[in-house]
Formats: sequence, structure tokens, C-alpha cells
Amino acid sequence: MSKGSLDAPAKPVNSLTHEVHSEDVAPLQVLSPEGEVINPDYMPDLTDEQLKEVMYRMVFTRAWDDRAINLGRQGRLGFYAPVSGQEGTMVGSEYALTKEDFVCPGYRDMPQIVWHGLPMYQAFLYSRGHQHGGQIPEGVNVLMPQIIIGAQILHATGIAMGFKLKGEKRVAITYTGDGGSSEGDFYEGLNYAGSFKLPVIYFVQNNGYAITTPFAKQTGAQSIAHKALAAGIRGLQIDGMDVLAVIYAVQQAAAIARDGGGATLIEALTYRFRPHSMSDDATKYRTKEEEQEWSLRDPLIRFGKFLEAKGLWSDEDTARVREEAKNAVNEHIKKAEQTEKMTVAGLIDSMFENTPAHLEEQKADFQ
Amino acid sequence: MAQMNMIEAIKDAMRVELRRDQNVLIFGEDVGHVGGVFRATEGLQAEFGENRVFDTPLAESAIGGLAVGLGTQGFRPIAEIQFVGFIYEALDQMFVQAARLRFRSGGRYNAPIVFRTPFGGGVKAAELHTDSLEGLAIQTPGIKVIVPSNPYDAKGLLISAIRDNDPVFFMEHLNLYRAFRDEVPEGEYTVPIGKANIVREGADVTIIAYGLMVHTAKKAADELAKEGINAEIIDLRTLMPLDIETIVESLKKTNRAIVVQEAQKTSGAAAEVIAQINEKAILHLEAPVLRVAGPDTVYPFAQIEDTWLPTPARIVKAAKQVLEF
Repeated sequence: MSKGSLDAPAKPVNSLTHEVHSEDVAPLQVLSPEGEVINPDYMPDLTDEQLKEVMYRMVFTRAWDDRAINLGRQGRLGFYAPVSGQEGTMVGSEYALTKEDFVCPGYRDMPQIVWHGLPMYQAFLYSRGHQHGGQIPEGVNVLMPQIIIGAQILHATGIAMGFKLKGEKRVAITYTGDGGSSEGDFYEGLNYAGSFKLPVIYFVQNNGYAITTPFAKQTGAQSIAHKALAAGIRGLQIDGMDVLAVIYAVQQAAAIARDGGGATLIEALTYRFRPHSMSDDATKYRTKEEEQEWSLRDPLIRFGKFLEAKGLWSDEDTARVREEAKNAVNEHIKKAEQTEKMTVAGLIDSMFENTPAHLEEQKADFQ
Repeated sequence: MAQMNMIEAIKDAMRVELRRDQNVLIFGEDVGHVGGVFRATEGLQAEFGENRVFDTPLAESAIGGLAVGLGTQGFRPIAEIQFVGFIYEALDQMFVQAARLRFRSGGRYNAPIVFRTPFGGGVKAAELHTDSLEGLAIQTPGIKVIVPSNPYDAKGLLISAIRDNDPVFFMEHLNLYRAFRDEVPEGEYTVPIGKANIVREGADVTIIAYGLMVHTAKKAADELAKEGINAEIIDLRTLMPLDIETIVESLKKTNRAIVVQEAQKTSGAAAEVIAQINEKAILHLEAPVLRVAGPDTVYPFAQIEDTWLPTPARIVKAAKQVLEF
């Protein structure tokens, strides 16, 4: 299997102005909040159809989140981490990759793995604690959502090493938040990627809060992107409410990684419009003013304005996609609810390839 | 057949599997060029190259996480944790991420990983180098635990572990690495995981042990034999899954047992053995089953470890206690 090499010589790294080299960093943007192109140099190379597809996915994801909140309140979804506000980072970063690339999500990153190919009803089953939720179909290159903050960072690092050893031009991407960037696993992963020059993208969605703890209390570093410097990998900061900036940055990072240039840490500044989870009350730690300010940077509004100006999107499109999403969610939650419940016997048999005698015996207590 | 000590047998197992299966990888701290602090991988990088056997930066959690990631891509990692106490840094990756991967993915992914680590006292090593942490592992669902007591078993069990599609915690007793040589076959052979071994037959009392304590138990059995007491010794070899059948069969004959472990007395392997004896063989017992173990303290590295660790004398005393009950 080993066709690549762990010590392949590095190719020159492309230069990005928003790469971190010093104390100062300004987030990479393509669009202004009004949807005007302010940095044409960073405009990703997308056809009109592709631009519309990105918008479709963002609108769909927002409507899915709206519906999921209701399902959560009805007790039909289990644990759910809202995503509204982060559609730019979630949809854009996944869209920038190929289906052969590998996604290692945190628990909030359901949209990425669903857009990467996991059937939505399985995402719902995962939330509901059903094992079938984690039975990723063959050919879908994702891991299950990770609960231990940062553990997936190391898995992506290992997966990227596997790609490199096999000589495959594939990339692994992993997600965490501003809180996750304080974990030991975060530093260990970045450092390994630097040491082995691995094709991996560490994508940090800095939404300002680790549950309730504000970013100001999370680190003394100038930015999360700066943490790349110590690991010897590329680091850049981007405006996560600008989906075109996200796509550009991830496409660049992926191209560099495929080319043997190693890993990139991308810090995307974003905001979750909703609470951390269904049992969290964001009014206890965020002000109305702050929420208002961020709502003006809504990634759907910004990208929508851009597309409307090009005649590619309208309110009718949004209404149509929202309806489509609502129907899809309803269909998939029904399918999740109709999936046969797990059994303890089945659970026991899923612990090892061959169930040992003592576990076989323990089944008897549940029959 | 070759004569090998345990470290040579362990290296030979890895060499056999590196040759047989190109997906087998070895990595960890200092395992590459030099071959590890105990030379368990000496020469393997030279033979198989830096893409198969390599040094990692010093970070145990990352060693574990790297193994989990590589395992999802068809590789079979042998991850060395340099000393047993350093597994504390890797517990999430070993005991959560690797051990739960099959469950979490409903069988879509698995973790065919061997976590090798030296452990065990009596060698005057530094703090946290010689603890016995198998108890943490046996309580963790989804990971197997192997503790060989001799070169032959070490090679055969390690080959089984490398071929196993589930994670294995493979604990190598420091005091056995170069203690003695055994006849060890060249090439491939396996010792099955989950099968204990009767290393000495006797009818009066069963001494259940693993790792170095098998040898301490043998010394005790020699002492007992001088007084006409014939002890049977069971080498557990695998702690998870546990071969309770062999234990029960022995108890049908001896009706008396003691369990010897280096680890602290409370919970752990000995407690589990006794719990299962209670469930499956209580009517064969003529006396309570006793534990000979370390006290429930921190492991006292170097200074007083020889008195802290179970001795033949303590085993003899416990054996007599159950015989005289």
C-alpha cells in the first residue's frame, strides 16, 4: 500500500496575503456585507450553476436547522447543535473539496457530512443515539460526529498520513471551534501535520463562544490562525460569513496539500445565531446588540445579494428551496423514526468482530 | 528452533508481520532509527523503511489518534507507548476513540491497532514507568488486554494481536524482557487470544497469575512443593477476554485458589477473576479465594518496590491460608 513517502520534499507554498506571518492578520474576504465583490483576486472559479448550488445548499441548511429546532423541541431529534449563521463555513468548506476527500466532523458539523454524502436520516439517527447513524455508507468519506472536543483532529491527521503513504492525492479536513483550538489534541495534530507535511486542513469555526466562554477568555494569542506558526504549517484567517472566501481558502489549501505542500489551519470568523444546544440559553452570555450586529453579516443575505445582482437568485428561489428542505427533513425524520430500534443483543455484537464468550453470556440477561 | 529472550521474540513477531502484510506500520517515540528505548524495533526501520517504521513527535494522544485515523484507511498500526504511565496522555484515543470505533460506526470502521507498552516493577525505573494499569483497560468496553509471561507466548500472542481487527492493549513486563531465553519457532505461529495456559499442574491449590507474577508464583510453588503441597499455576495470558473455563476446570480439581497480581489490590484483574469464580464455581470451593497484590497505594518506584511487589513468601502464605481454611 505504501507508495508515497513521509519525507517527500516540500514544494514551494503559494502565497496568500491573509496567511499569518506576523502579529497582524486581517480576515480574507471576497464579498462585502452588501454582497459586492471587494477582492476579485480571491474569487473562486465557479460557474453560475455552481454558485447557485452553493446558495441552494445554504438555504436548504438554514431551513433544515429551523425544522430541526422544532423537532428538537418535540423530543424527536435527541441531541442537536444548531448551525444557523455557520452555513457559509459549513457548506462552503465542504463544497470546495471532492467526494474523495475525507471529512472528520465535530458534533455541530452535520451539514458537512450530509452534503458529503451521509443520508440525512442517518444524521438524525445519530442524534437519536441509534448506531445505524454511524454506519457510513461505503464510498462516503466521513467519520461520525465527534463528541470529545479535538479528538477528530488527530484522526484527520492519521487519515491524511494514510493518503500520503498510499500516494493518493486526497485531503482530509477536520472541524473544531474556538474552544477546540485550546485542546491538547489540537496542538498535537497541527504539530504532527507540520512534522510529516500531511495533506490535511484544520478548519476552525470561530463563532466567538465555547458554549458560554467568550473567545477573549480562550487564548492570549492574537488569533487562532497564529497557532499555525508554531506548528510550521500555513495559517490564515478568513471571514466565515463570506462563503466565497471560505471556498477560495479551502480550495487553495486543498490544492497546496495535494501538491505536497502540507497542512493549513484556517480560522473562519463566524457566529452561531442560535444557542449552543437545545438546552443552552444564549441570552445569559451574549447581548442583543452583538447578536444584531452579527445578523447583519448573515452569510445567506450577503451571498444572496451577490447572486441577485447577477440575476441568479430570487426570493422565490429561497421559498422553493425552503419548502424542498422542509419536505426532505420531514421525510428523513420519518424514516429515522421508522428504523427498527437497536437491541442490547445487537449492541453486544457490535463491540468486537467476534463476540467473546463472556459477552455472549451477558446477552441472556436481555432475552 | 531459535533461542530468544522476550524482547527478541516481540521484535521477531513484528518482523514476521511487517513482511507478511504491507499495511502493518510501527510508530511511536524513538522506535525508528534506534529501535525504541528497549530496542524492541531495532533494525526494523533499516529493513522496512521509514514509511513502515517511524519516529513520531513526542505526543502520546497523537500517537493514538494517528493510529485510529490510519486504521480507518486500511493500515494495521502497531503504536508503541514508550512507558506504561504515558498511556494516561493517550487514554481518550486508546480507550474511547479506538475502543468505541466499531460500536460508533455500527461496524463500518474498526481499529485494528496494537498499543504496545512496557510496564511492571522491579527494575528501579523512574516514576510512572512501571505501574500496572491493566485494570483500567479491562473495565473499558471494546479493547482486548494481553500480558505475556514468556518469549514463546509473547511472539504468538503479538502476532494474534496484530492480526486482530479490534484494538489490543499489549503489555510487556519490563522485568521479563531479558530475563531468560526460550525456544521460539522461526516464522509465523499464533497463540490464541483469550486462552489461559496451565504452566504447572497440581492438585492442592490453584495459583492464578499473569506476566512476571507467573514466575513469582513458580518460585512459591517450588517452596510449597517442599512441604508436599502441589500447586497448579494458571498463566492467564489474556485478561480481556478472560478464560474463566480453564480456571473453573482447575478449581474442580483443587477446590482452592489464590490470584496474584502486581497491580493494586482493589478492583482490577484479580477482583474480576474472583467475581467470575463466584458466579461459576462457588460450589467447588472449599475456601475463599484470596488476592496477593500490591497495596492500594501509588506505586513506589525504585526505593521500596521489591517489598511492595508480591513475593514468593506472600504467595506461600496466602496458599497456606486457603489450604488451612
